[in-house]
Amino acid sequence: MAAVVIREVEKAFGSTKVIHGINIDIADGEFVVLVGPSGCGKSTLLRMVAGLEEITGGSIAIGAREVNNLPPKERDVAMVFQNYALYPHMTVYDNMAFSLKLRKADAKLIDERVQKAASILNLKEYLKRFPRQLSGGQRQRVAMGRAIVRDPQVFLFDEPLSNLDAKLRVAMRTEIKALHQRLKTTTIYVTHDQVEAMTMADRIVVMHDGIVEQIGTPLELYDNPANTFVAGFIGSPAMNFINGTLRNGAGGSRVETTGGQILPVPGLGKGKDGQAIIFGVRPEHLALGIGNEGIVGKVSVIEPTGAETQIFVDTSAGPVTAVFTERHNFAPGTPIVLKPQAGTIHLFDAQSGQHL
Amino acid sequence: MTSVPTAPTGLGVLSPRRSLADMLDDRRVLSFLFMLPAVGILLTFLAYPLGLGVWLAFTDTRIGRAGVFIGLDNYISLMGDSVFLLSVFNTIFYTTVATILKFGLGLWLALLLNNSMPFKAFIRAIILLPYIIPTVLSAIAFWWIFDAQFSIISWALVKFGLLDRYIDFLGEPWNARWSVIAANVWRGIPFVAICLLAGLQTISPSLYEAAALDGATSWQRFRHVTVPMLMPILSIVLTFSVLFTFTDFQLIYAITRGGPVNATHLMATLAFQRAIPGGRLGEGAAIAVAMIPFLVCATVFSYYGLQRRKWQQGSADD
Repeated sequence: MAAVVIREVEKAFGSTKVIHGINIDIADGEFVVLVGPSGCGKSTLLRMVAGLEEITGGSIAIGAREVNNLPPKERDVAMVFQNYALYPHMTVYDNMAFSLKLRKADAKLIDERVQKAASILNLKEYLKRFPRQLSGGQRQRVAMGRAIVRDPQVFLFDEPLSNLDAKLRVAMRTEIKALHQRLKTTTIYVTHDQVEAMTMADRIVVMHDGIVEQIGTPLELYDNPANTFVAGFIGSPAMNFINGTLRNGAGGSRVETTGGQILPVPGLGKGKDGQAIIFGVRPEHLALGIGNEGIVGKVSVIEPTGAETQIFVDTSAGPVTAVFTERHNFAPGTPIVLKPQAGTIHLFDAQSGQHL
Repeated sequence: MTSVPTAPTGLGVLSPRRSLADMLDDRRVLSFLFMLPAVGILLTFLAYPLGLGVWLAFTDTRIGRAGVFIGLDNYISLMGDSVFLLSVFNTIFYTTVATILKFGLGLWLALLLNNSMPFKAFIRAIILLPYIIPTVLSAIAFWWIFDAQFSIISWALVKFGLLDRYIDFLGEPWNARWSVIAANVWRGIPFVAICLLAGLQTISPSLYEAAALDGATSWQRFRHVTVPMLMPILSIVLTFSVLFTFTDFQLIYAITRGGPVNATHLMATLAFQRAIPGGRLGEGAAIAVAMIPFLVCATVFSYYGLQRRKWQQGSADD
């Protein structure tokens, strides 16, 4: 196990720069998730840690060693690929034993390690099968077994659950997290799914267009997003954004929305009077209100999921989504007032998108 | 065609003879009719000549004289025929050496072409050129290259001072054998290289990445990933290559006509030589039929090679 230090790392493919100076410190034993929309550079960054892509600038260190110029096999990292990358002509056992065999490890040690990994991953009865004879989830477990057997310094996961169906994905998510709690190996995990990131990570790195937008624990990112990108990316359904102007008056701060609605923003006191801002509130932080104590609009669509009811509201300031855990019987067209709960409002500068 | 039962038709008329339309409604009649053209072509152009060849080999037919059945006499006399035995040796030697060279060089070329390089598509197109040129044209080109007086190879070697006299490529038995093998290899490499390149491109790059992370050197990646993944297509290409090389005729006939002193006669060229210019159709047919056991061996070998390997079986949901 080892810490991973990523310093000012840059990557360019030809003249196209895809990663612009990234800094991440990953502690020994930590589970860090790189999350972001496709094309944000998260997989490229992971592949640079693995040694599958060259580093254009900056440095990456694993443990105390700078690994910039080391080939993958000398970095002592194991990677789980999105398409599993199992050797189709080898049995499950041989797939897991391959790296140890290449290192000419003792046959007894190989068997011991493979059997141990197989029992951790419930693969014992499949050891003689070929990858094609396994289901997607089983293949994914073999890929993880191949990584475990090597007992590497760092585990790298590149969107490992993307090829699985929704139900299996949730189950494997838990399995990977449990595995990490058991082995405590430093893990870097790449995904585009913010739910995966939230549920699995010790810390999340939100990436966008080749830069780091914010690093923090899942709840830090949820409670204190640094900017509109993180605020919109983390949390599902996504945060509502309403454009408006900040008014600091005698009765406290208010936001005047584009549609002319007045939203009180109690106790914030940040930002200048007349500043163009974005008012942000999460759908789950909206409650039913009366009069004009909140955002006024009309119900357009209702989506009950059983556990909660999601409603889409048309307002003069644009569409707003709200989620209620209690059940309501709204009809489309019903007038509705949505009142932000105290202390859940986020104000962002309209120009920079930064949190005030 | 009379006892084929059909479901009662809507007309419901009980007629002792079924109408043509009724017959055509029957799936079995219809499918037989649809197969007829293909069956006709196969019978006329495949089964009949093959059957005739096998029959001729049991007769002493000559051109212009119908033969009589003579049993295995043709084969018995061939067994003591040193030219025939030489042609068997030549064919096996030619096939073995040419195939090994074609596969060694073809695989090497395919691996080179599989790397990213500038003008990739253009280079791949050029590689195919030897395969596109008609065999006889390239044979004539090689004939000139190997000519005793005008050979460009001899000329170049003499000019560089590496030799003091021209090589008699096609005049010495072993020179001639190696020369026709060189021509065959030159023609055959593109086919092998392009097929293997196609095979290489089906191998997922992430397998190589996984192997690199697992600690495999480039040789180990070749040995443990490339070779096993390439085996299915390799065995197909190998089979075709062996069959085509074993039955080669054009190249030899255009360059050496089997000479010098039968040193490059293959079974195919010898069969033609004996049957058409020599006029002994029965004996020529016997030589041609004698190739069948060898070809069956090659096909059986490939049949086992081509069988889906165990790792390719199982659910195919990806």
